[in-house]
Amino acid sequence: MSEAGNSDLFSKFDELIAMREVLLAGGREDPFSLVMEKVLSPTQAICNGRDTILLGTYNYMGMTFDDDVIAAGKQAYDEFGAGTTGSRVLNGTFFHHRDVEEALKEFYAMDHAMVFSTGYQANLGIISTIAGKGDYIVLDIDSHASIWDGCAMGKAEVVPFKHNDIEAMDKRLGRIPEGAGKLVVLEGVYSMLGDIAPLAEMVAVAKKHGAMVLVDEAHSMGFIGEHGRGVCEAAGVIDDVDFIIGTFSKSVGTVGGFCVSNHPKFEVMRLVCRPYVFTAALPPAVMASSAKSIRKLMHNGNKRAHLWENSRTLHAGLRGLGFELGTGEPQSAIIAVVMPDLERGAAMWEALLKEGLYVNLARPPATPANMTLLRCSLCAEHTSEQVQTILGMFERAGKAMGII
Amino acid sequence: MDRADVDTRIRSLIEPFNKKGVAITDATTFANDLEFDSLTVMDFVAEIEDAFDVIISMNQQAEIENYGQLVDAVHKLQAD
Ligand SMILES: Cc1ncc(COP(=O)(O)O)c(C=O)c1O
Repeated sequence: MSEAGNSDLFSKFDELIAMREVLLAGGREDPFSLVMEKVLSPTQAICNGRDTILLGTYNYMGMTFDDDVIAAGKQAYDEFGAGTTGSRVLNGTFFHHRDVEEALKEFYAMDHAMVFSTGYQANLGIISTIAGKGDYIVLDIDSHASIWDGCAMGKAEVVPFKHNDIEAMDKRLGRIPEGAGKLVVLEGVYSMLGDIAPLAEMVAVAKKHGAMVLVDEAHSMGFIGEHGRGVCEAAGVIDDVDFIIGTFSKSVGTVGGFCVSNHPKFEVMRLVCRPYVFTAALPPAVMASSAKSIRKLMHNGNKRAHLWENSRTLHAGLRGLGFELGTGEPQSAIIAVVMPDLERGAAMWEALLKEGLYVNLARPPATPANMTLLRCSLCAEHTSEQVQTILGMFERAGKAMGII
Repeated sequence: MDRADVDTRIRSLIEPFNKKGVAITDATTFANDLEFDSLTVMDFVAEIEDAFDVIISMNQQAEIENYGQLVDAVHKLQAD
């Protein structure tokens, strides 16, 4: 032991620990350590002993319990074993890793697809590898943590602009020194408020300045754009987007992340992208399930229509009840309900849980403008009756908490 | 623009953000003295960038803790 005594590196977390204790002191259920004791379907689980409707899982297309998706995984378990025990570039690329990359190429009609162990690693790896020291990254201030971490890891100059502000983005791109490499990073759907980016204008502005464009379409796959390729497809600019990042942890219903691209040199990423190289490849069962799910998502017209119907019904219903929502119109399958403050947001979250409804509690600093949000994400498997039940729960809890 | 001009300009830009009317010297810090949170920093930096037609990247912002350092940085940036 040193003469100076021990320094506790955990001291820096004392404020957070104290804040949590205050929140839990009132006998509150902890919003951040909920356990799903049993999962019955994409929309129902047993949480803390209660039958609960799931409205905060990003399981947009309900693929987690799809019979074909599960069967494909079971078969891969039997035929390829439980895990890969290796990196994609060593012994970790099995038949199914290649197959899921083929499925992604078909889905997005792109030349290249690279699968990572998570969407977080896909953003981390691609952004940090393509934009390095001396390059400039221009990005929306409300970007996902994985995007920020990718920026930091690559050591590029990071230049944020106000959320969805086309002019602010344009001005910043215009000020970048001549000759510097430029990457614009955008999201199709921003998951906090469920709003979409004006990609037609933004991608055009990026191209005007000669920047490469990366769009994270994590929250749009399978139900936005003609082929479900995302907001960039719906906006008609997918051919001008250099990289699309996505995840299997939402619409696909499994786990994993990816990047698709038409860049002729894209395959070199497999050699130089550290979050791809220095980690083990996903288990074959996850890859087989994912490939099956992606191919099924190409033919899902009815489910898409029902998901949008659910989103519209919930949005109109909540607004009718007097709740403040993140967007004036439903723009995605995320409906964010704005709470007056963290204290009442946490109380409302708990009241909903006791009603038998799980939503996502989002709070500062992860939220824009320091808002406390109850984020609802709809599923194509929510029945119309469930959506009405959900509205009844919101009404009772909202009135009991004095929020409406 | 010399340093004094840059200082004058930034002094007027900072006014609406200086909610508590803190007396500003070169040693005034943004995080502690002015209590800027990350949103305020973004808006304030955007004002300065637009006024001087410069970029102050997050990497550069990380090096700027007090008012004097900001004036120095902007003075240097707009001279380049
Ligand atoms: C916009 C966005 N990008 C990336 C991710 C990361 O995805 P994954 O869960 O696969 O790590 C998420 C979700 O967590 C997200 O919302």
